[in-house]
Amino acid sequence: MAQVLMKDLNKKYDEVHAVKDVNLHIRDKEFVVLVGPSGCGKSTTLRMVAGLEEITAGEISIGDRVVNDLPPKDRDIAMVFQNYALYPHMTVYDNMAFGLKMRKFPKAEIQKRVQDAAEILGIQELLKRKPRQLSGGQRQRVAVGRAIVRHPQVFLFDEPLSNLDAKLRVQMRVELKRLHDRLETTAIYVTHDQVEAMTLGDRVVVMKDGWVQQVGEPLELYGHPANRFVAGFIGSPAMNFIEVGIKDGGALWADTAGFRVKVPANRFDRLKSYVGQPVTVGIRPEDLHLATGGDAADATFDAVVEVVEPLGSEILLDVKVGASSMVARVDPTVRVKVHEPIRLALNAERLHFFDKKSEVAI
Amino acid sequence: MLIERRWKKWVFFYIPLTVFVIGTLFPFYWMFVTAVRPDSELYRSWRAVNNAPFWTLHPTLEHFQDLMAKTTFPVWLWNTFFIAIVSTIISLFCGLLAGYALARLKFPMAGTLGTSIFVTYLVPPTLLFIPLADIIRNFQLGNTPWALILTYPTFLVPFCTWLLMGYFKTIPKELEECARIDGATRFGAMVRIIFPIAVPGILSAGIFAFTLSWNEFIYALIFLSSPERKTVPVGVVSELIRGDIYFWGQLMAGALLGSIPVALVYSFFVEYYVTGLTGSVKG
Repeated sequence: MAQVLMKDLNKKYDEVHAVKDVNLHIRDKEFVVLVGPSGCGKSTTLRMVAGLEEITAGEISIGDRVVNDLPPKDRDIAMVFQNYALYPHMTVYDNMAFGLKMRKFPKAEIQKRVQDAAEILGIQELLKRKPRQLSGGQRQRVAVGRAIVRHPQVFLFDEPLSNLDAKLRVQMRVELKRLHDRLETTAIYVTHDQVEAMTLGDRVVVMKDGWVQQVGEPLELYGHPANRFVAGFIGSPAMNFIEVGIKDGGALWADTAGFRVKVPANRFDRLKSYVGQPVTVGIRPEDLHLATGGDAADATFDAVVEVVEPLGSEILLDVKVGASSMVARVDPTVRVKVHEPIRLALNAERLHFFDKKSEVAI
Repeated sequence: MLIERRWKKWVFFYIPLTVFVIGTLFPFYWMFVTAVRPDSELYRSWRAVNNAPFWTLHPTLEHFQDLMAKTTFPVWLWNTFFIAIVSTIISLFCGLLAGYALARLKFPMAGTLGTSIFVTYLVPPTLLFIPLADIIRNFQLGNTPWALILTYPTFLVPFCTWLLMGYFKTIPKELEECARIDGATRFGAMVRIIFPIAVPGILSAGIFAFTLSWNEFIYALIFLSSPERKTVPVGVVSELIRGDIYFWGQLMAGALLGSIPVALVYSFFVEYYVTGLTGSVKG
């Protein structure tokens, strides 16, 4: 039961500034996911919390203790690694008991805790095996089991599902979430997979190049990305971006070759100062649909179909609009052919605008 | 097609393999035949009637008896064993710690240090024995086992360090990171997690170090002088060749007995030895 506090956290290697001024307050019992492309500093941040990397500048506290100078074993944390890091020369039972033995727990207590954890994870019958006799999913469970027997204050997960196949990953994701609801222990989870981040996190921290880009609940990140990077990173297929100019013709128009739509009136205030300047418009694929008679003419534009990807529950259309490409997520009943010219309509209320230079949301 | 393949297998596999096996094993066979051949056969002319250089019809153990009774061979054997074991233990201990440090710890000049340890391994003993002889004399260690026990590590420690460093690098570092989070100190994680996993590597380093010191010749020849202090390789050569007289039977008996312990060590640990050279944890 503990909160984790990071204050102006920095990590510099010889040449590389891996983590820059990270400030995070992870609340007690919260499940926070750090997500970003590789090299964004998420793993380094986690490893600093674990005590495996030294902190160049700043402060980390767990509970009400500053842990900067504490060795990993005194931080009361448990960590699950991407490659599971099971001790190959020990049985599953000994793997799980290792942390408790090191802390000199009585034998009966160790036995009870390992049994309990094994029961929760459904691995009772594996306790006598060695790690090399286990499948990937079983190893993953043992690694999680080794973490939970300790009843630590904080769980740290470093891409724990990356080595599993797609189906198992989805299954383990659900189990991890259920486990967190049950144990109510603060957890920090690192992944590069935005779907994992969105599904698991109470809050998600998006990082890039060592900077925190945005912190928020999953739907907040999705609906109100703070900048173009977050907008493009969260969501699959990714948000479409198109460079436009803002024109004032009574109302404001987002205008470029082959694409001219009216800016909703509630955005006028913010976009007024951009008149005559280039901005980036972001459109989620699901905010596009084939235009029907009911769509206002000032929210539609022409496109040419380039690729059709029928996924069953939906169809993804890769289309060309003027010089740019877009992806539209349309109803599975739609029948269009490659190279067919179509007219797309968009939900103007859900357009995103970004400053072209700073890439910050307008 | 099938016939052609069989033909190819003979040319490219069986025949070269046979040549190789014969080339490797023939010296041992020769050693064995000479050791059990009676003197009357050993010292007669090659042109004599009934001369059979590749086998003997009258095998005898007299050379072995002479070796045991008339020379101090058992003492040489013990000397060699003692010196090889102690210097192997010293070198393994240093090599373990140094190899771990070079593989895992970040400290200034780590790379340079690693390379320079390797370079010392490349200095030939034929050069190094001159300064070492001076040191041995100054410490008055000449003609004692310690002269060898303390000089063998000059090539054994670099060897063990490099072999073990390579081995430690194949063990995922997450294992000890996890152990350190689980409650072990760095040293504890090393001893409880890394060393047990590294057993094949440690064994190979040990076997190699043991063999190198068992077979070592030049330091043993220079630093030891009295017959009862000598090791097998030196003792056999210096005591069984007198002037231009070669006691071939006893020489070969001594060589044969001297190579048995090494052969035993290898055959017992050959599996560990192979994994030791090829890496550790998989999956």
